[in-house]
Amino acid sequence: MSTLEIKNLHVSVTTDEGAKEILRGVDLTIKSGETHAIMGPNGSGKSTLAYSIAGHPKYTVTAGTVTLDGVDVLAMSVDERAKAGLFLAMQYPVEVPGVSVSNFLRTSVTAIRGEAPKVRTWVGEVKAAMTALSMDPAFSERNVNEGFSGGEKKRHEILQMELLKPKIAILDETDSGLDVDALRIVSEGVNRIKESNDLGIMLITHYTRILRYIKPDFVHVFAAGRIVEEGGPELANKLEENGYAEYVTA
Amino acid sequence: MSTLTTNFLTPTGREEAWRFTPLKRLKGLHDASTSLADHPSLTATQLSAGVTISTQPSVETGPSSTTDDVVVQRVRDTAKSVTVVAIAADAVITEPIILTRSSLGGAAEASRTVIRAGIHSQSTIVIENVGTGLFAEEIEIILEPGSTLRFITLQEWENDAVHLGRHHAIIGKDASFTSVVVTVGGSLVRLCPTVEYAGPGASADMYGLYFAGNGQHLEHRIHVDHNVGYAKSRVNYKGALSGDGARTVWIGDVFIRAAADGTDTYELNRNLLLTDGARADSVPNLEIETGDIVGAGHASTTGRFDDEQLFYLESRGIPEGEAKRLVIRGFFLEILSKIAIEAIEERIMDRIDVELSKVEIA
Repeated sequence: MSTLEIKNLHVSVTTDEGAKEILRGVDLTIKSGETHAIMGPNGSGKSTLAYSIAGHPKYTVTAGTVTLDGVDVLAMSVDERAKAGLFLAMQYPVEVPGVSVSNFLRTSVTAIRGEAPKVRTWVGEVKAAMTALSMDPAFSERNVNEGFSGGEKKRHEILQMELLKPKIAILDETDSGLDVDALRIVSEGVNRIKESNDLGIMLITHYTRILRYIKPDFVHVFAAGRIVEEGGPELANKLEENGYAEYVTA
Repeated sequence: MSTLTTNFLTPTGREEAWRFTPLKRLKGLHDASTSLADHPSLTATQLSAGVTISTQPSVETGPSSTTDDVVVQRVRDTAKSVTVVAIAADAVITEPIILTRSSLGGAAEASRTVIRAGIHSQSTIVIENVGTGLFAEEIEIILEPGSTLRFITLQEWENDAVHLGRHHAIIGKDASFTSVVVTVGGSLVRLCPTVEYAGPGASADMYGLYFAGNGQHLEHRIHVDHNVGYAKSRVNYKGALSGDGARTVWIGDVFIRAAADGTDTYELNRNLLLTDGARADSVPNLEIETGDIVGAGHASTTGRFDDEQLFYLESRGIPEGEAKRLVIRGFFLEILSKIAIEAIEERIMDRIDVELSKVEIA
């Protein structure tokens, strides 16, 4: 049982005009097995929340705390956060030329597990995870994210999540750029991992479409850098009908 | 030892061709007051059928190209004999032909080599430069029509070697020349990989990889002379620099003459600065005398690590240092893989890994 606890988180970025505050006091607690949907208009700071928790150097935390099972996440380097059990499925996964998917996955899993996976079982493990996501095995010989379609990138993110077995996963607009078939495959993957690992999920999305496949336990409306309304799955239905207009006028 | 027979002009450093080169570190290779030993320095331990290697008097094997490089003129003046490597017509040689340099060490020396790939032959030649040397050379590579030659030179010198060289290919009709230049050793290495064409349908793929550590000056001056029509060239050089005074120079001159209709050329240079105190110069030049071409372009970038790449890898649990090594390996892999000889690729990567382990990468 794990708990990610975000308290009064304030985050700034440096711009040409000086520091600009993006997150203005975020409070959120995610426990193992829970799925929290973070919904909000573009520019409300949803992705900043995701990247700040993962430790992207662009963002500066000016106040507040983030802990995982009571341990200070903000004091950790980026790789330590991953080793502690956090995973960020990125909206725009980055191309890494000359590094094959198989080399990348092996290096990553070795770092997270603290020892190299056994050659005998590793090949089968990767193959099974790829098959479950309807990925061609030839995929592993390609360079990381290079020339991948939108759908391939997102499947590759979920593949990593499957192999790294995090405690808490942040899915940043995993639904963007996916057609219905790809959305279904990716969502089934997320649900499968959640079932088998008791994964806690922060599901960041602009649209309610993905919530038909990944059922949230809690819905949080995000606007102007903080959570402005919280509720159960029924809140998503309200957003579906009314949009974000009432939250962005303020 | 020889005396000079032509009027030899010592570079002053103000010439365009020499302005990047620290002349003081050439230990007199460029300087008429220093005499050069005549030393045909390439040998082969074993040769496949279809390859011959011999030493011939230079009066019988004169130069096949012109050059305004004063050091090369000096080499031509000094060398009384030429190492000739000949690939028989129609020979298809699958095993790479490995030629090893036995340099004199600290003594200034000159060497001339001619490689001749016969009609429709296919072969790979690897030249390995190891140890130390004070060394000026010219290699002329003549590709007869329809031949395919992969030409790989490895500068794996110890870090006190000085090496000046011109590797000039004359590519015949429908012949295909691939060069891979790897420079990871030497105090000062200045190579001029140059090509000209002898007929249409000829192509040159020129790849390069260099890694400069503390105090190393590694200079590559590419010149592609599109002197005939319907020939193709691709140039792709990648370098990384780390440590104080690490210095690289890349010059990419492509000249498309008026007669060279249908030319197709693209050149690329990328440099990765791993620490403070390193400097990379990158100068692509494209001179075009005819507009009737397929394409001509160039690109050059010099920069530090891509933060987004590192963040992506680190967010998957990979520590920063290891993430950087992965990115550097990936950066070089595109060029290394062109060698297509696994043992050599691994040896070069190991050497780069050793260099990387010596520095705190910024």
